[in-house]
Amino acid sequence: MSYTLNHLKTLESESIFVLREVAAQFQNPAILFSGGKDSILVTYLAKKAFYPAAVPFPLVHIDTGHNFPETLEYRDKLVERLDARLIVGSVQDSIDHGRVAEEKGYNASRIRLQTTTLLDIIEKYKFDACIGGARRDEEKARAKERFFSHRDEFGQWDPKNQRPELWNLFNGRMQQGENFRIFPISNWTELDVWQYLAMEGIEMPSLYFSHKRRVFQRDGNLLAESPNIPMKPHEQAEEMVVRFRTIGDITSTGATLSTAGTLDDIIQEVAATRTTERGGRADDKRSETSMEDRKKEGYF
Amino acid sequence: MVDLISITENDTVEVEKFDSNSYLNMELLRFTTAGSVDDGKSTLIGRLLYDSKSIFEDQYESIRATSEKRGEQYVNLALFTDGLKAEREQGITIDVAYRYFSTPKRKFIIADTPGHIQYTRNMVTGASTANLAIILVDARHGVVEQTKRHSIIASLLGIPHIAVCINKMDMLDYSQEVFDKIVEDYRVFATRLKTKDIHFIPVSALLGDNIVHRSEYMKWYEGVTLLYLLETIHIASDINHIDLRFPVQFVIRPYSDKFHDYRGYAGRIASGVIRPGDKVTVLPSGFTSKVKRVELDGKELEEAFAPLSVTVLLEDDIDISRGDMLVRENNLPRQSQDIEAMVCWMSDKPLQLNGKYALKHTTKDVRAVIKEIKYKLDINSLHRITENPSIGMNDIGRISIRTTAPLCCDAYTRNRDTGSFILIDEATNVTVGACMIID
Repeated sequence: MSYTLNHLKTLESESIFVLREVAAQFQNPAILFSGGKDSILVTYLAKKAFYPAAVPFPLVHIDTGHNFPETLEYRDKLVERLDARLIVGSVQDSIDHGRVAEEKGYNASRIRLQTTTLLDIIEKYKFDACIGGARRDEEKARAKERFFSHRDEFGQWDPKNQRPELWNLFNGRMQQGENFRIFPISNWTELDVWQYLAMEGIEMPSLYFSHKRRVFQRDGNLLAESPNIPMKPHEQAEEMVVRFRTIGDITSTGATLSTAGTLDDIIQEVAATRTTERGGRADDKRSETSMEDRKKEGYF
Repeated sequence: MVDLISITENDTVEVEKFDSNSYLNMELLRFTTAGSVDDGKSTLIGRLLYDSKSIFEDQYESIRATSEKRGEQYVNLALFTDGLKAEREQGITIDVAYRYFSTPKRKFIIADTPGHIQYTRNMVTGASTANLAIILVDARHGVVEQTKRHSIIASLLGIPHIAVCINKMDMLDYSQEVFDKIVEDYRVFATRLKTKDIHFIPVSALLGDNIVHRSEYMKWYEGVTLLYLLETIHIASDINHIDLRFPVQFVIRPYSDKFHDYRGYAGRIASGVIRPGDKVTVLPSGFTSKVKRVELDGKELEEAFAPLSVTVLLEDDIDISRGDMLVRENNLPRQSQDIEAMVCWMSDKPLQLNGKYALKHTTKDVRAVIKEIKYKLDINSLHRITENPSIGMNDIGRISIRTTAPLCCDAYTRNRDTGSFILIDEATNVTVGACMIID
């Protein structure tokens, strides 16, 4: 008798196991939903994990106010289809209330401001575990992340303080005021995610597929022409056939030239690609250790 | 099909066909790499990733730029695996780093761990779920204390396959004699290991010999390359498909109109196979029932096996909760509150005799008291220290404990899931001990 599983089924089983552990170990968990493929995958896996009961976590979206309109549309449709609870944390509100200050200049972005809004939302709703779609293959600082990542009262991550994860035993014990970030798809690669989405026939946001858009060059990236991004005098936008490999907010997500119009096309393209997924994210390029610094500050 | 076109180091153009559907039939293999700063482990991983084309252009660019900045002669592939700031500055790895790559045959997860003895706990962590361990030996030094320590840990943690890579062969003129001597020395030592499947490969991580491509300089070697071994080693039979062990993780009760009476027992099958119609026994209560349905996301499964996560529905309405286990009546696990185990200690506060700890075993939480410390293991020699044994950070030893409620368990050698547990410090909530049950 042959009892073998393909790697996608193995990964799916592992992630579902993690999600169920979260529901069992924590009082008030939430899914951090960004509208990108990873958080879409996590939400879908949560639905599978608890079916036929409803997903026992609300979806939390930290809205920078600079999202692609397509992202918000997709989010709303998904929430309706799953009959899920949506909580939106607005960075604009944080700015208006003086919690954070808007960055200025050509490369201004609200990415760093998201952390404050996120921490405020966590405190407001008293979430004890936030489930995110981060993967370990995405970026250097994530290679050592745990499935259950302990954060202190300030949401901070101390690399020297992470608990060992042995076998399939996840220790989610904590003191009052602390919380966890949970990463159920830690072992998935970008290609695994796309293959699985294709295998399951999950509808994806249109931004991931080839379309015509007015874009301009900056620092080796193609940024979307948008009222939220001030352009320098020499920068010129022109219409190109592009798609987005990763979706962050509009100010920091780079497009790539592509004619990939279907999931199969995307898979072929990702398999053959020579640049990492996050290579097009200006937020990671600021310093060699950007992500690590942001995690220490309490980011995702 | 798509053409993957790449320009190699010597500027030749290579074209490969990539079949995106073959991906659907790939297995997943987890392996560990352990070794010290100097014996080239990080270089080996970097070489594995680079030669299998798993390093992306911008990542290569980034490490090439860093190598240049540091004044290094070759592109230091080891930089690829050193992620955190402190490590990049000091040039060593201080935690378990997970790396991913795949070939058309398999998807791989590398648990890359430090070699120093003070990071034994990291190696134990990485090894806990591994199918295979790569043990790196520096050909100039042969089998040293560290080689033995890493091998003993791999054996203790129940890793079924070991690949001993004898590295830096280029520095010894690719000598077959050197290789054979090391193999012989290792074999003598390995009689004490539980791991039975051991392979030996002569390599040069720096120059790429026998990692992905066969070496031009070691024609005397008739074995396979490291990557070929990783792609083809048989792992399907490493899973226990005999003893049904289904720890209940979560009880799904929709309470909705459509699924008013639905009660599903959700969990991941630790071992064995479960099918509709099977008679099962619930532990610890001892109640029996029949499996009505096995499903996931509403889709019925004819059979389910480890490590699938599923939802099980039973014919009878019994009181079952998280922490209970479904098994077969003619194949029961041991149910006991008195447990003997090997422990790897992970805290700087030593293991306390008579100390009380929280204990987590599959989906069950209990408390435990340390009744006896039988011995500390010298993991460089397997010698047992029985005189006043104290177990501190990174030490491995044997203990007896008593738990507040019985655990449904098996010997670790038979089942890595029901045979393992962790100890947690109740004051700090930190995991302090990794334990493996002895029969």
